[in-house]
Amino acid sequence: MNRTSTPVKTLQYLALAAYILFLGFPLLWLVSASIKSSQELAALDMSLLPKQFHWDNYAVALQKQGLTRSAVNSLVVSLLSMVFVVLLSMPAAYALARFKGRLRAVGVGWILVSQVFPVILIIIPLFIILRDVRLVDTLMGLVLVYTTFTMPFALWMLQGFVAAIPTDLEEAAAIDGASRFQTLRRIVFPLLMPGIVATAMFAFVAAWNEFFFALVLIQSPENYTLPVALKMFVGGEGKVALGPLAAGAVLATIPSLVVFSILQRRLTGGLLAGSVKG
Amino acid sequence: MTITSAVAPSPTTQDRRPRRGRQDRSSQQRREAIALVFPSLVPIVIFSVLPLLQGVWYAFTDATLRRNDTADFVGVDNFTRLAGDSFFWSSFRIGLIWAVSVTLLQLVASLGLALLLNSDLRFRSLTRLLALIPWAMPPVVVAIMWTMIYTPNGGPLNAALGAVGLPSGINWLGDFNTALPAVIVVGVWIGMPQTTVTLLAGLQQIPTELSEAAAVDGASAWQRFRNVTLPSLRPIVVSITSLNFIWNFNSFGLVYVMTEGGPGGKTMLPMLFTYLEAFKNRNIGYAAAMGVVLVIVVVLILAGFLRTQFRKETA
Repeated sequence: MNRTSTPVKTLQYLALAAYILFLGFPLLWLVSASIKSSQELAALDMSLLPKQFHWDNYAVALQKQGLTRSAVNSLVVSLLSMVFVVLLSMPAAYALARFKGRLRAVGVGWILVSQVFPVILIIIPLFIILRDVRLVDTLMGLVLVYTTFTMPFALWMLQGFVAAIPTDLEEAAAIDGASRFQTLRRIVFPLLMPGIVATAMFAFVAAWNEFFFALVLIQSPENYTLPVALKMFVGGEGKVALGPLAAGAVLATIPSLVVFSILQRRLTGGLLAGSVKG
Repeated sequence: MTITSAVAPSPTTQDRRPRRGRQDRSSQQRREAIALVFPSLVPIVIFSVLPLLQGVWYAFTDATLRRNDTADFVGVDNFTRLAGDSFFWSSFRIGLIWAVSVTLLQLVASLGLALLLNSDLRFRSLTRLLALIPWAMPPVVVAIMWTMIYTPNGGPLNAALGAVGLPSGINWLGDFNTALPAVIVVGVWIGMPQTTVTLLAGLQQIPTELSEAAAVDGASAWQRFRNVTLPSLRPIVVSITSLNFIWNFNSFGLVYVMTEGGPGGKTMLPMLFTYLEAFKNRNIGYAAAMGVVLVIVVVLILAGFLRTQFRKETA
């Protein structure tokens, strides 16, 4: 396998270069546009590297159309959904992993169905329900919706982590006279920490990036989340100020990117540790 | 010694006691399980099961978004009206073109990338990292980024085409002919990470001995790929393709931010069409009927696809 011929190797590197260009160039362009002045963005002889670093775009973006306020909204919504998702799915994931039988079949079935959920059919009645309890156009309404729709996948992730914890420990605790809930609190949840962290990060990113529900449910600009605010930024001003828009887009990406890079390592690390121990 | 003999139960009690114990334990277990699951069930029932049922009910009413509007049962009126609605069916056709081409291109591109990442090349970790970033990005940001790439005057794509002497004045997202292909490329870009990672995990599970044995028998690289790698990968390809198809069909934000369905409805995916009918025209009964039709069609297509795949597997 190591003795691949040179022409094949060359072709492979060409293909790899094409992938790197396709995947990486748009990212570089966005970052580069975020530090170019408007004159340079309008110039016809363009380069990927800006002639002068123009950090003003970031300052302009932060002052523009309440982008900062919407970032705060996004942060509040994402953190609250994260907390709710984790608190609600911890006990349920445990039940799903430990009690076999019909409960598990129904639970797993629902998780799979929810992956193919027709959101367009649900959003209409959901809007009416939330309007009736005066939660349309509130951040709390959005938190409830995100919690509900992130939970199935979070449950799936977390129950995998529970399954990796050996049952012997719980049995030992039960013999020592601990109740189920004591066992959960003292033994299972501490061991579940890597899984909980991963699930929490997933819930955070899901809420931070979400656009459709926020577009439908939020109406007043002071309640916009970051994706909605960015969309309005594009649509709003006829000729868009590209530099600040790119800067805003870069800023909006940073939290998800940071969380995601940690999540990647945590996820594989947690799963591996579980399988070795078990 | 005496203790053990005293504790040892007589045959009759031994027969009965454990069974009762097991019953007690199982009913207690059930109560515990319900207590553990209940908190997560409440939001799921209120915010997703009930709305789903209610949504199906709206499809048979003339409900609108006006306040104090009463939804009257109108039977299948919405569906007969929908059958003759050429705008809906044109959007439906665009949705199918979008979902099928994005899904297929995603599969081909991701399989190629996964094979490269699975071989011993340099720059693999860089490529791996690049291939993961689109996954983390908010779709709205991806849409904004690609809108910049496609900018007709001063966009890098047209500049690059101009530099090699190709036509460089194309209004990618604004032209009737190029708008749909242009958004399809972005759909492929954003969906590649997940497919690549899944396929790569599948490739790494295939034992290398199989491929090596085939090589010893004189099989070419292509033959090894066709007869060893691909069959082993098949279950993963089928499941990720099915999921991608559903996700792509239900996709909204990406295209909504780039084109809002334009130009002239050329990128009006069914999700966008239904959204506009529900929340701009405020006819939620009619929009719900569209939603029902979309769900049924997706389920049918998927069932058909999975059945042919299953047949091939058993044949």
